[in-house]
Amino acid sequence: MKKNFPRSLQTIVIALLAIGVVVLALGGYLTSLSNFVNQTIVGAQTWVSTRYLAVVDFLTVPRDVASIRQRNAELEAEVARLQTQMIELQQQVTETQILSALVDFARASPENTYKAATVIGRDPSPFLRYVIINIGSNDGIRRGMPVVTEQGLVGRVDAVTADAARVQLIADPSSAVNVSLQNSKTEAMLVGSITGDLSLDMISQDVTVQPGDVVLTSGLGGGYPPNILVGQVISVRKLDYELFQQATVQPIVNYDQLQFVLVITNFKPVELAPLIPTASP
Amino acid sequence: MATLVAFPILVLALMLQTAVISRINLLYGSADLILVILAAWALQERVTSSWHWALVGGVLVAFVSRLPWFVPLAGYLMVVGVARLLQRRVWQAPLLAMFTVCFTGTLMLHILSIFSLRILGDPLPVGDSFNLITLPSVLLNLLLAIPIYAVIKDLAGWLYPAAVEA
Repeated sequence: MKKNFPRSLQTIVIALLAIGVVVLALGGYLTSLSNFVNQTIVGAQTWVSTRYLAVVDFLTVPRDVASIRQRNAELEAEVARLQTQMIELQQQVTETQILSALVDFARASPENTYKAATVIGRDPSPFLRYVIINIGSNDGIRRGMPVVTEQGLVGRVDAVTADAARVQLIADPSSAVNVSLQNSKTEAMLVGSITGDLSLDMISQDVTVQPGDVVLTSGLGGGYPPNILVGQVISVRKLDYELFQQATVQPIVNYDQLQFVLVITNFKPVELAPLIPTASP
Repeated sequence: MATLVAFPILVLALMLQTAVISRINLLYGSADLILVILAAWALQERVTSSWHWALVGGVLVAFVSRLPWFVPLAGYLMVVGVARLLQRRVWQAPLLAMFTVCFTGTLMLHILSIFSLRILGDPLPVGDSFNLITLPSVLLNLLLAIPIYAVIKDLAGWLYPAAVEA
C-alpha cells in the first residue's frame, strides 16, 4: 500500500500534467513552444532525408546517367527535327514574302525552289570572302544562283563543279549588290570590304537615311531577286561636298559562322553583257 | 615516290586549310598550311622533289581558290625557290631558315595576291590589306612553322633515308 500510493500519485500527477499540457495547447499557450519543437524535428528530418537521398543518388547514378543520356539523345533528335521543321517553315515564309512583294517575279516563277547545302570550307586566300558548299551541278546548281539563309542574303554562286560550288559572299571586297532602303524608298549599292564590313554607296544626297533603315535587295541588274533582307543601316556619313551619301550596314547574316545555306535554284540571273553597247570598229 | 606522296599530303592539307585553318583568324589574316608545308619540305637536305610539290600545291589551291590561277602557283614556286636558296646557305640553322622562308614567302605571296587582285579589279586597299591581313598571317605562319617543320622532317627522313656507309 505504502509502495503503491506514490505510484498512484505519480500517475495522477502525470495525468494532471498531461491534461494541463493539452489544455494549455488547446488554449494556444504552447504555440511558440510547439513551433520550436516542430521546426527542430522537421529540420532534423529534412537533413536526414536529404542525406539519404544523396546516398541513394550516389548509389544509383550510373543507371540514371545512362537513362538521362538516352533521354537527352531523344530530345536532341526531337530538337533537330523541330529545327528542321522551323527552317522549312521559315523558307516558306521567306518565299511567300518574296512572291507577294514582287509581282513580276512571282508571275515568272510562282514558287522559289531552294536547295539546302552545308558550308564545307572557305577560300584559302584571306583576301577573299568565298565559301565552298557541298552541292554542285549534279544537284542543279548553276553559276549566278543567289544563296540565302533563313535570315537573309549570303551571296551568289561563283563557280560550280559536279559536287561542290564556290559562293561569293556579299561581304567580299569585289561584291556589289543593288539594294533598296525600305524606309526611305531609295536605292543604293552595297559593297563589301576586306574586313567583311558592308557599306552603302551611291545614295543620293537628297534622301534622308537614318540608322535602323532596313536594307533589301532591289533586283536591279538582275543579279539577285528583289526584297531579300540584307541588313540594317547603323550609321550614315553625309558630307556636303560629296556627290553621294555613304552608310554602314550591319548584316543580318553572320558570315563567319555560316553552316547551312539555301541556294535559290529557280532564279536565273540576267545576263547584261549583250545589252551593253560595244564600240563599233 | 616522294612526288606521289605530295598528292595525298597536299590534298589533306588543302582540306584542313579550307575547312579549319581559314576559319581561325587573327584580325583578318589566317595561316597558310600549304605554304608552310612547302617551305619545310624544301628545306630538307635530301629532298629533291620540292619543285614538284610546289606545282602540285599551286594547282590544288588554284583549283579551289578564286585567286587567279597563276598567283598560288607562282607564289609557292617562289617559296620553294627561297627555301632552296637558304637551304644551301644557312643549313646549320634549319629552324631559322624555316622562319625566314615563312616570313618572306608569306610576304611575297600576299604582295602577289594583292597586286594581281587589284589589277583584276578588286578594290583592295593596300595599306589595310597589309596591316589587317598580311602581318597577322605572317605571325600565324611563323607559329605554325615549328610543328610543321618537325612533322615534315620526319616525313623526309622516311621518304629519303640516309645512306648507310659500308
